[in-house]
Amino acid sequence: MLQKKNLWWLLGVAVLAAFPLIVTNPSDTSIGVITLLFMACASSWNMFSGYSGYIALGSSVFYGTGAYTMALISIHTHMAPGAAMFWLVPVGGLMAMVIALPFGWIALRVRRHTFVVITIAVFFIFQLAAINFSFTGGTSGLALPFIQWGFSYYNVPFYYVALGLVIFITIVSAAVRRSRFGLQLLAIRDDEDRALGLGVKVIAVKITGFTLSAFTIGMAGAVYAMFVGQIYPQFVFDPVFDISVALMAFFGGLGTLTGPLLGALVLEASQQYLTVSFSNGSLYLILFGSLFLVVIMFMPRGIVVYVKDRLNKSAMARAAVATDQLAATGAGSSS
Amino acid sequence: MNSTALLSAAKDGLLTGSVYALMATGLTLIFGVMDIINLAQGILVILAAYLSYALQIHWHIDLFVGLLITIPTMFVVGIVIERLFIGRLKGPEKTAMSILVTYAVSLLIEGALNMTFSVNDVQLQGWYVNRSFAIGSVHFGYIYMAGFVLAAVLLSSLYFMLYRTQFGVSVRASLADQTSAALVGIDVKRVSTICFGIGVAVTAAGGMIYGATNSFNASTSYDLISRLLTIIVLGGMGSLGGAMLAGVGMVFIGDMVGVIWSPVWSSMSYFIALTVVLLIRPQGLFGKQSARVA
Repeated sequence: MLQKKNLWWLLGVAVLAAFPLIVTNPSDTSIGVITLLFMACASSWNMFSGYSGYIALGSSVFYGTGAYTMALISIHTHMAPGAAMFWLVPVGGLMAMVIALPFGWIALRVRRHTFVVITIAVFFIFQLAAINFSFTGGTSGLALPFIQWGFSYYNVPFYYVALGLVIFITIVSAAVRRSRFGLQLLAIRDDEDRALGLGVKVIAVKITGFTLSAFTIGMAGAVYAMFVGQIYPQFVFDPVFDISVALMAFFGGLGTLTGPLLGALVLEASQQYLTVSFSNGSLYLILFGSLFLVVIMFMPRGIVVYVKDRLNKSAMARAAVATDQLAATGAGSSS
Repeated sequence: MNSTALLSAAKDGLLTGSVYALMATGLTLIFGVMDIINLAQGILVILAAYLSYALQIHWHIDLFVGLLITIPTMFVVGIVIERLFIGRLKGPEKTAMSILVTYAVSLLIEGALNMTFSVNDVQLQGWYVNRSFAIGSVHFGYIYMAGFVLAAVLLSSLYFMLYRTQFGVSVRASLADQTSAALVGIDVKRVSTICFGIGVAVTAAGGMIYGATNSFNASTSYDLISRLLTIIVLGGMGSLGGAMLAGVGMVFIGDMVGVIWSPVWSSMSYFIALTVVLLIRPQGLFGKQSARVA
């Protein structure tokens, strides 16, 4: 069983890895890069919010921090544009963790409904700071060192780095899920008071989880900044990003390993294609909104869980029929 | 900086703040009674503003007369949203799901508004919009004064309804404890639906004043909802008085900071005030102490 499951994961990685080899059109591979970044973010978000039930709507604080870290360091150290800049990606992730620690410390002291709202407020503090401080370049943003890779080749390194992030966070998330720490997060989701009563250091666990989940989102932000070459506060500190990431995880299946990955893959890729093919943002909003309502109303636990339940049910039904038949034939032969 | 500037900032804070207080009261009423966080409140304010705009452009109906149409319309919009989506949410994840559902609803409305009215900024017009009268050296804009009066009238009628009517008793009972309210024979579901309607209906007045004092388009709603959420958290979620006080307080602080330091920092001061308050009082100014020990 475990073998089969691992095979599926390998197949998934192989398909994603083969994608830029088969599809070489730069506009398609650039959709691939963005989609992979969202997959990494959704999965990382899920590692804290999905497991603990504390819905954070301020992820772009980490994304933006990663992006600005990449931009500021590469600009001020006059870095030679090129692959060496990828070394700054983990630095962006670490900076996001540095921000996440006090952020989590403030926001995780309250009940979970209030937590949602505080994450939104903290997000706006960061967006306004990025607009108002002078070192961020204000609304005109920052231009990173210009990378002169050929047009047809430009996306490919970013694609594989983003894929690396997805693989990294999937492994981390799976490890967390199986660990004692992961169980503590799940216990907090199910009943925080009881978890506390049983000796789980809930505050420490929550803050650790929150900070850990910032790392990959920060790295994704750093890759994004390097990929697009020019960042603006309203695009890296974007409220739509905050909610998209959460919706992707919900869409696929909150708290599951595959759910957020699939959710991000389906939603982000379709969003990018729709915007390109319709060139009408409003129609997209309506489609996206309706799709969401349908999923939330009819599959409240996400597509992955819904499909699994369905499969289990039909498997159980088949098993029941089989045992009935067995019983019937058994009865028949004995008579 | 002088005393006139300070005084007029204080006046602006009070007048504009009352309108925010009105919109936030709707939001906190919905949360208090139903445990629903209505992320669509921001876009509903904008929807209401566009309704006033459409009435004005197509039928030349005055903004204040238009309220007679927009308030009932927004009430119905609220009822429809509650019946179609919110009322169906159940279980322990209800609040979290409500955030997503109302966000999806707000995306739908945003898309529809963008298609109908385009994304260009508009502002509501009327002979009173740009006029003001002066007391001493402080100028009072007619529209701001009207907004203040409107907010005061609506908030007092809301208070009257809550504290002087049979229905108000049911609402307050549902605010205090839904299970017990249901046990003594209150139809909590019906109360919830009507509260959602009322919570949305106040956006009609709020949206009209907002639209006359600011230029707006559908994406303005993000800024609005974040302010409204900050206000209800600061006031203590579910506390009506808290929402009013925080609404006025927030805009007041913002305007004062704008005059004393720089307008650049005025909106940020909101969020910093929120963070500071929450560090000291995690349940907000007037929030009920949560059962959680941690």
